[in-house]
Order: sequence, then structure tokens, then C-alpha cells
Amino acid sequence: MAILSKKDSKLILDPLADNNPITIQVLGICSALAITAELKASIVMALSVVFVMGLGNVVISLLRNVIPSKIRIIVQLVVVAALVIVVDQVLKAYAYTLSKTLAVFVGLIITNCIIMGRFEAFALGNGVKRSFLDGIGNAAGYGIILIIVGFFRELLGSGTLLGYAVLGNPIEKTGLYAIGYENNGFMLLSPMALIVVGILIWVQRSRNPALIEEN
Amino acid sequence: MLEHTELFFKSIFIDNMVFATFLGMCSYLAVSKKVTTAVGLGAAVIFVLAVTVPLNWLLDQYLLRDGALAWLGPEYADYNLSFLSFILFIATIATMVQQVEIVVEKFSPALYNSLGIFLPLIAVNCAILGGSLFMQAREISSLGLAFNYGLSSGIGWFLAILAIAAIREKIRYSNVPPPLRGLGITFIITGLMAIGFMSFGGMLTGGDEVPVAEENTTAQKEKEEEKTKLEEETAQNTVTYNAIEKE
Repeated sequence: MAILSKKDSKLILDPLADNNPITIQVLGICSALAITAELKASIVMALSVVFVMGLGNVVISLLRNVIPSKIRIIVQLVVVAALVIVVDQVLKAYAYTLSKTLAVFVGLIITNCIIMGRFEAFALGNGVKRSFLDGIGNAAGYGIILIIVGFFRELLGSGTLLGYAVLGNPIEKTGLYAIGYENNGFMLLSPMALIVVGILIWVQRSRNPALIEEN
Repeated sequence: MLEHTELFFKSIFIDNMVFATFLGMCSYLAVSKKVTTAVGLGAAVIFVLAVTVPLNWLLDQYLLRDGALAWLGPEYADYNLSFLSFILFIATIATMVQQVEIVVEKFSPALYNSLGIFLPLIAVNCAILGGSLFMQAREISSLGLAFNYGLSSGIGWFLAILAIAAIREKIRYSNVPPPLRGLGITFIITGLMAIGFMSFGGMLTGGDEVPVAEENTTAQKEKEEEKTKLEEETAQNTVTYNAIEKE
């Protein structure tokens, strides 16, 4: 990356793997898991969070010298809420069915702990450009987990990806279904989201033993 | 009365905030290492939910929903301010939490010492905002029901965090595979508990009670989708069997 210095590119790349907001920092699980039954919803959710976090970090970083520290939480909440309203209205206008699937979970981006966490930990103490990169990086780290979970849940649960039947047609018994494969409807139910994330954490920590926690 | 009991048990067991909709997971995972702190946070959540959900219900009813401003005069009947609900709900929650903190500190220092440190944490807990947003999405019809919904969802959350904290205290003595230690095993246990809670799903649908009101939780929808899919599949199978038999 020639445009970004080494330190800046670290801001983007770190949260993607070894400092991932979901699997390592344990932030932002709340609004993440419930909507990962379909890949499409996961992607839209990931993009919304990237938008809200990138811009939110910029706004907070611009305001950081003006906000009185006592009321900073309320100021942060108002900034996020305003950005989330924008996302919500755009979704309602251009992707109405999708916004019905996401339902209240778009609103819950406001209380997504990643956003508040990064505002507090980073944007309040750093310049605009670095805050922007940090926001994008963390949101992308969050989005990647969402997309991975959504990918597996949709593929194994309904045998489709983004609505396209990739494994053949279960009713006409083509593709994989011809040799007796069955969809695992259980993957679509909410508990499996937790278990899939648990397995992701397992894989990640087996590959990088430095991340293993004390019991 | 039946309506109240039904909503009460449904919010605790069937639509449990943690297991069915994953609300408040961040604090659920972060504060569940010890039972005593888990109880403190759980109690604070019950309290704040029982206060903010009815408040936000009033806001929704008289300010935000389509035509809610009609009480100001007929010329206001066309306004629909529901796009403002996120910002108003979160502002109500943040100020309420702050006020509750001040009042509790003034009148009951003992309660403040056990609850107080958790209150600021709660302003940004998704379970609280989620409670208000679900209240709005499910169109709960009266103030009493809104209070009931807030209280019982809080109790459901409390139960969930209490259970996971108890399990985590015990699991310290178990031999967990190293990469799963800490976060990983907690996720998997929560998943298993959620599967357990799914068995409550049939609790209110048997017998000749009032049919359960329609709702749009994702979990419910997924369940229904799966059911129809299964039915389709079995129908398909019987058709093919019949065809084979005929041959």
C-alpha cells in the first residue's frame, strides 16, 4: 500500500484478523448474529456498519475537542443514531423487502458496542484520517465474520447463496441432492449462529496460539 | 389477564432476549464470569427495561407513529414521525439511565452500591434499545402490556445471564481444548442453551387458548419457513412414494 504509511495500513488490516472485533475484542455480537441466516442480509448489514462507523468516527474525531467529557456518551449516541436513521431510510427506499428482514436490527446498530467502543477508544483521541481508517478497518473485521457466518448458514441451511441454488434443486433432486444430500434446516435457526461463531473462534485460535485465553 | 400471563411467559421463555434474538450479547459475554456481578447487572437490566419500555410506548403512541399527533388537532393527523424513533428512544434511555442513577444514589446508597456501577453500562446495552424497538414492531396495545413486556423481557435476560455465569464458574475446573477456552466455549454453551430454550416454543400453542398473536421476530419467521419447507418436502416425498407404488 503506497498511499498509506505502514502504521495507517495496520489500522485497517489488524482488525481483520488478529484483533478482530467479534472474535477477539468481543464487541458487537448483539446485532450481528440474528440476521446471518442469509448471505444477502449479512452483506447489507456489513455495508451499513462500514458506512456508520467510517462516518461516525470522522464526526466524533472532528468534534473531539468540543465535546464536554461528561456528556460525551449522549453526544456519541446522537451522532450514531442520526447516521443509522440515514441508513434505515435508504434501505426502506431502495430495498424494502430486505429492510423488513433486517427489521429492528438496523436500529440496533446504534447500540452496537463496536461503534461506541471505537469512538471511546480511538476517535476521541486521534486525527480525522486515522479515525476514518480505524472505523473502516474495524467495521470490515466485523463484516467479514458476518459474511462468513452468513455464507455457511445459507449454504448448509437452504443450499443457496444470495438466493441462487448452488447445490442443485432439492425438489427435483438435481445436483448434490441426486446423491442423497439433504439441507440442514437447523442451520437457519438462531442457536446455530452462536455455534458457528464458536467454531470460527476455535479455528482462529488454533491457527494462532498467541490468542488463546486463560480459562 | 390471560393476555398478560401469555405475554409474560412468552417474553421470558419463548422470545428470550438472549437466546432468540441475541440482544445484549456484549455485556452478557463480558460480565458473566462471576455469579454475583451477573446478578447485579441482570437486576439493573430488569429495572431499566421496566422503566424505559412503557416510557417509549407513550412516546411512540402520542408522538411518533403514523397519525399519532392527531390529539393536537385534525391538521396534525397526517404526520408520521416514526423515522425519528431511533434517536428519541435512545435519548430517552440515556437520560432515564442517568436519572435513575442520580435518584438511586440519593435515596438508596445500598442499592446504588450494588447496582450503580452497572447503570452507565446499560445505556448502551442492545437489550434495552431492542426492548423498545421490539415493543414498537410488535405493536403492543396498552401501557400495562408494555410494562409487562419490559419487565418480563428483563427477567428473561436475567435468567440467561445467571445461568451462563453459573456454568462458567463451574467450567473453570474442566479440561476445555485450549483454543476454545474463554470465549469459544461460552459461545457454544450459549448455543446449546438456546437449543434447550427452543423446546419452550410449543408452550403456549397447545389447548384451546386464544391463538398466539402474529409477530415478526426473525426466529419465529425462520421456524415457520422451515416448517413449510419440511411440509413441502414430506408432501413431495409422499408423492414420489405414491408414484413408485403405482408403478
